[in-house]
Amino acid sequence: MIFSESYHRFIDELKKNTGQDPNQCYQCAKCSAGCPVVAAMDLLPHQVIRYLQLGLLGELEESRTPWICASCFTCAARCPRDLDLARLMEGVRLAVLRLREGNRLSPADLELTPEQLEKLPAQALVSSFRKYAK
Amino acid sequence: MHYRYFPGCTLKTQAKEMEDTALAAASALGIELQELPEWQCCGAVFPLSDDELITLLSPVRTLAAAGGEPLVSLCAACHHVLKRAQEVIKRNPDTREKVTDFLEVDYAGEGRVLHFLEVLRDDLGFDRLKEQVSHPLAGRKIAAYYGCLLLRPAKEMQFDDPENPTIMEDLLRSLGAEVVSTAYRTECCGAYLSVTEEKVATATAEKIVHSARRAGAEALITACPLCRYNLENIGGPALPVYYFSELLAEALGVAALKEVARG
Repeated sequence: MIFSESYHRFIDELKKNTGQDPNQCYQCAKCSAGCPVVAAMDLLPHQVIRYLQLGLLGELEESRTPWICASCFTCAARCPRDLDLARLMEGVRLAVLRLREGNRLSPADLELTPEQLEKLPAQALVSSFRKYAK
Repeated sequence: MHYRYFPGCTLKTQAKEMEDTALAAASALGIELQELPEWQCCGAVFPLSDDELITLLSPVRTLAAAGGEPLVSLCAACHHVLKRAQEVIKRNPDTREKVTDFLEVDYAGEGRVLHFLEVLRDDLGFDRLKEQVSHPLAGRKIAAYYGCLLLRPAKEMQFDDPENPTIMEDLLRSLGAEVVSTAYRTECCGAYLSVTEEKVATATAEKIVHSARRAGAEALITACPLCRYNLENIGGPALPVYYFSELLAEALGVAALKEVARG
């Protein structure tokens, strides 16, 4: 398969920044079997890696999956190829945020009542803005 | 036993009872937790991409402020970020140089970074803790909930077996409680998805609470304010969720002494 120059740039940067090579994955799907939030994903976790292998970056950009991944590291703990999929997901999230030059979450998007805001731990707000905005 | 202590944002606000009870218990056990002066945010999430240097600044600033002394946190998320930021500084000289130059600090990864549970297990010892228990939690059926951040990635956190941890159960036994084993004790609670994807977080938290209830637990313990929030915010009847430190203080008979520790 012949990939475009922009794909090579993307994948080289992803490998460098996350230390993970998607081509190491042999698609056993153990990550998808153990993922606690898989039910809310449109692409299964192992499919995200497959899409990276196949260069389907446009589809990944539209996928909900990287934004559902909460970096719980269960997949990474169980991967027989010792791949850290949580890092690859972060790489995809960052690429989308940077490509679009826009944030996925702004304070105006929060649908929280004042009571919820008072109860919600500060760490949840800081974490979500760290993950969904740059 | 002397340690520097990093509270983090949530322990001064929504999780005040975790700090109050842990400090009271520590004081009763002869563990001195000296709060870092003018501390800032831990960073909240560990940067998983190596080009995200700016998010390393606040944890490294915190690590450097401890001056090589052992640094203790109570919040699982703070401990996770601090511990992994220290690993980056130890293993990556290039990143270390950039980050410490920018911060104008001299830090090469020295000092133990500990969660308070590790202090109890490794430095004090659960046997010695047991001797100090004046109000054992006899007959109380408690399930331990670990979540993600204390355990994974195990190579970096070096906290306990990531698939079959025992530290919280060992703590509960030393406090005299009856330990209830549950299937979902190391699963994610939904984390910060409660901000953007509340239904997803509710579903993960429900699985955890319902499995604990089915196993016969009367209550759950956790070391993370966000886990507690998610576990308490499920649909239908919930189980009481306590910070591990609340039961610790109760068993030591110091629950009413928090003013002393805050001193």
